[in-house]
Amino acid sequence: MSPISRGFHGRRSDEAATPGRVPPGQYVTHDFPVLSAGPTPHTPTEAWTFSIRRARDVVKSWTWEEMRALPAETVTADIHCVTRWSKLDTQWQAVSVDTLLEQAGAEAAYVLAFSDGGYTTNLPIDDVSGGQAWVAFGYDGKPLEPEHGGPARLLVPHLYFWKSAKWVRGLELLDQDEPGFWETYGYHMYGDPWREQRYAGD
Amino acid sequence: MAGTAVRRRLTWQVATVAAVRDETATVRTIELAPPDWAGHRAGQHLDVRLTAEDGYTAERSYSIASAPGEPVAITVQRLEDGEVSPYLTTELRAGDELEVRGPIGGYFVWDADSAASPLLLAAGGSGIVPLRSILRHRAHSGAVVPARLLYSVRSWPDVIYRGELEQCAGSVSVTYALTRQAPPGWTGHRGRVDATLLADVAWPIGREPVAYVCGPTSFVETIAEGLVSLGYPPQLVKTERFGGAGGS
Repeated sequence: MSPISRGFHGRRSDEAATPGRVPPGQYVTHDFPVLSAGPTPHTPTEAWTFSIRRARDVVKSWTWEEMRALPAETVTADIHCVTRWSKLDTQWQAVSVDTLLEQAGAEAAYVLAFSDGGYTTNLPIDDVSGGQAWVAFGYDGKPLEPEHGGPARLLVPHLYFWKSAKWVRGLELLDQDEPGFWETYGYHMYGDPWREQRYAGD
Repeated sequence: MAGTAVRRRLTWQVATVAAVRDETATVRTIELAPPDWAGHRAGQHLDVRLTAEDGYTAERSYSIASAPGEPVAITVQRLEDGEVSPYLTTELRAGDELEVRGPIGGYFVWDADSAASPLLLAAGGSGIVPLRSILRHRAHSGAVVPARLLYSVRSWPDVIYRGELEQCAGSVSVTYALTRQAPPGWTGHRGRVDATLLADVAWPIGREPVAYVCGPTSFVETIAEGLVSLGYPPQLVKTERFGGAGGS
């Protein structure tokens, strides 16, 4: 039983204004906060590729132009950061990961997304397929800014936002789950915001 | 970027507030006595949960301000439109109970035992908090690695831990940048940190330094990118950012 915090009333406007849309322990922000572990990389699109790999061998790779020539869609989604902010109705321009997996003929149980700067994060294949995950290069109708992960980031809005790897450069296909960057430091392997899976054991 | 696995369950516990101390007009340090604290590393944070009478809860994360081995403490800046920070900085008093869990985080940490590289610490505003834990840890452990602190803050009265930073001036070189207002006779830097100041303060890359940068996004972006352009390898520039609403 949590003790009552004497004199605490709370703002609690979020749940009233947007019932059922804010996971437990989260609050709604209208800013777009930035969180990352190091300096922002700046990879020019001429040098950018996106690769699907297995055991480090490239199965299929796309240049920036090839990626942008793939069918793109506008995705509207609520996003939830493990540091407790949620942002509702964000709008992205993105290519579905389904398209990429299909073109690569990829089969796996898990993927490890990898990024410029060395960041990685792990996801089950079932969570990056079936219309649940994208490679996003646009935000609000404009190119995605570097501090928010541009030129392109992964977008997996149903999981905590650290799974939506910034500066993404590809997916490594795995048969078994492997912790990525934050997962190694004690964050949850799966990260479902509705079950508040912030840290290992949650 | 490989790290040591830190995977164990973090459970909520009810800590007693041992003491509160005002650092500035809007910043307060809260010393906690949790019943079961495994110890923390310099740079880690913890989670706080408040519960209203009807069961409504709010949670936030705060950097740990104390050094490893010291009673766990957080330092909180009051954000006027915040939900949790006004409570922690005005309502909460010694003897109250506060739900916490932690420590959390294993990347933005500094361990005196394994430290050989000169330390460059850069703080924007309340970004000083985890860096203060690092500085105290360094002092307590007798570490001999040289340290420099670059601290950007609005005005002199907004300097958090001012007395303590003055006391450690012999062993740590502290450079302030006062961004809004400087006291009469101020001979230090006025305005935001620029490339010249950063190049002056940053250890030359040949010394193989490591940098810890904490503050609001714009500050962290400027410093981190400035260090990279001075030749710092990105993996040796560790950052912790709080965005607009972060930590409210």
